[in-house]
Amino acid sequence: MSEPLIALSGVTRTFGTGAAAFQALRGVDLTIEEGEFVAIMGPSGSGKSSMMNILGCLDTPSGGSYRFRGLRVEDLNRDQRALLRRHALGFVFQGFNLLARTSAQENVELPLLYRGETVEARHDAARAALAAVGLEGWGHHSPAELSGGQQQRVAIARALVTNPSLLLADEPTGNLDTERSREIIDLLVALNRDKGITVVMVTHESDMAAYARRIVRLVDGKVESDIRNAAPAGVVPGAH
Amino acid sequence: MIWNALLLALREIRRNLMRSFLTILGIVIGVSAVITMVTLGNGATRAVSDQIASLGSNLLIIRPGQHLGPGRDSAGAAAFKVADVEALKTQVSGLAAVVPVTNKSVTLVAMARNWSTGVTGTTSDWFATGKWQIASGRIFNEAEERAGAAACVIGETIRRELFGSQDPLGQQIRVKQFSCEVIGLLASKGQSTMGNDQDDLLVMPLRTVQRRLTGSIDVASLMISVRDDASMDIAKDQVSWLMRERRHIGAGDNDDFSVMDTRQIAETLSGTTKVMTGLLGAVAAVSLLVGGIGIMNIMLVSVTERTREIGIRLAIGALEREVLLQFLIEAVALASLGGIIGILLATLASIGGAALMHVPYLFNPAINLLSFGFSAAIGVVFGYVPARRAARLDPIEALRHA
Repeated sequence: MSEPLIALSGVTRTFGTGAAAFQALRGVDLTIEEGEFVAIMGPSGSGKSSMMNILGCLDTPSGGSYRFRGLRVEDLNRDQRALLRRHALGFVFQGFNLLARTSAQENVELPLLYRGETVEARHDAARAALAAVGLEGWGHHSPAELSGGQQQRVAIARALVTNPSLLLADEPTGNLDTERSREIIDLLVALNRDKGITVVMVTHESDMAAYARRIVRLVDGKVESDIRNAAPAGVVPGAH
Repeated sequence: MIWNALLLALREIRRNLMRSFLTILGIVIGVSAVITMVTLGNGATRAVSDQIASLGSNLLIIRPGQHLGPGRDSAGAAAFKVADVEALKTQVSGLAAVVPVTNKSVTLVAMARNWSTGVTGTTSDWFATGKWQIASGRIFNEAEERAGAAACVIGETIRRELFGSQDPLGQQIRVKQFSCEVIGLLASKGQSTMGNDQDDLLVMPLRTVQRRLTGSIDVASLMISVRDDASMDIAKDQVSWLMRERRHIGAGDNDDFSVMDTRQIAETLSGTTKVMTGLLGAVAAVSLLVGGIGIMNIMLVSVTERTREIGIRLAIGALEREVLLQFLIEAVALASLGGIIGILLATLASIGGAALMHVPYLFNPAINLLSFGFSAAIGVVFGYVPARRAARLDPIEALRHA
């Protein structure tokens, strides 16, 4: 694979028009290779969310180019981007975003449903994904019956049940206490390390970012710094 | 995909069971109203034509005035006379019988009981012409007819109401100022399909009724039975011509009487019930439409409520048309469910209503299928706008929705 997984060049994103126009991204250049664990940091309004939306193919750049494995995302239509999300991306949100009154098992099966997998394949894959996040046997519980940490694990299981190339995590620990946050970040680190899933995580907590092998800092819609983290937390024993 | 969408839709319906039920109530009422109205209307139409057809196809009925049925305009048109009967008998060929009929409402008294009914004054030919059988006793003879004898033949209902378990033959019934002797009992024809009791009648010689009850020599209507070997149309024309002549109607003037054969009467009456059926059905169809608006309303609410869910689905890769299909199928499933419940309700209501109205219950597959199809179509039509709204949501906005 010669193409990088993600290649942003001169990406801008403008909201509104004329005098009221607001530039959330002002020319971002960023390349992320397959297998990386990248934390995107930055203060509020620095363009983190806009960048995540573009990386997640939920939004398209106003200017510049976003290539996903060489594919020009800005040239894809809405349905093509949906198919890209379906087959290559997994999302983990700050607010978990599980379907309410729907069991954990069914939540995890949802992406497979849209892929048209058979009932048995869905059941097996969802059970395996739940087991992988340490929720074996919790499948029949609805989100309301689960703790925040457990809900986020279900969300991660839903994201990885399709074996995505890229896992996008938007403040995945933002709603969790320190201990749950550690569990979740450990899970992400393990998925990245053991399954080779590329993880891009937005966070404003530096101790969470410390787990990443690369930290990209955004300020005012531009990449301010891009630092390789030689000794990410959690990988080196006793680093915490 | 459609199967999955259907499962999703059913799950969603079950999740909000009460709301789903209230949502489809409009459709349920609409569908059941349409089917019940049309089914009962068809039953009534059939009942009317059956009853008239049972009189036979060789019967002509002549009445003064031009209209038949409720609100008929007989004002100004002279009644018939006994002389008309004689004239028809002698001057028109091919007639088996010409029967004058006069009616009068009276109260009968016998065995210290009383009963209000209609007295029919007629001739002995009336029994054969109207296809009546004698259960016991006899009908009046020619001598009694000529003399205006106080003899009467009663229907089963009168026997039951006045005499109970006793033998009515030879008993006296007081009719106004005179008493008549019961000489015969008619075999029961049962309950009529138009809602009246056919056995609730008392028959006397015409002359008796004219002299003692109406006090005039008028005859209200004429029943004519045409011989089997004679043509109905020719007989009808000849009867019309003779009556025009006898009533001195000018060449350019309209008849002031009507001659109808049983087929025409059946058509006229069933035409009325058909119009009523159509009107009631149309009113019911409007309620079906209102039910559709109810579905649209709830689907719009549901889309707003589930904005976040839609955002999640879009984010994990649902296509626009898949979301559209999901909500459309949900609307169609709701509407169809309403249609099915409506059909079940309508079946019960129609069977019950038919029994109450004494009309036959005729299962009409066309109207059931049509109503069901229409309710499903309403789901599509009124579900489309909310479904499209859901499908076109921006996933980013939708995910941000509280």
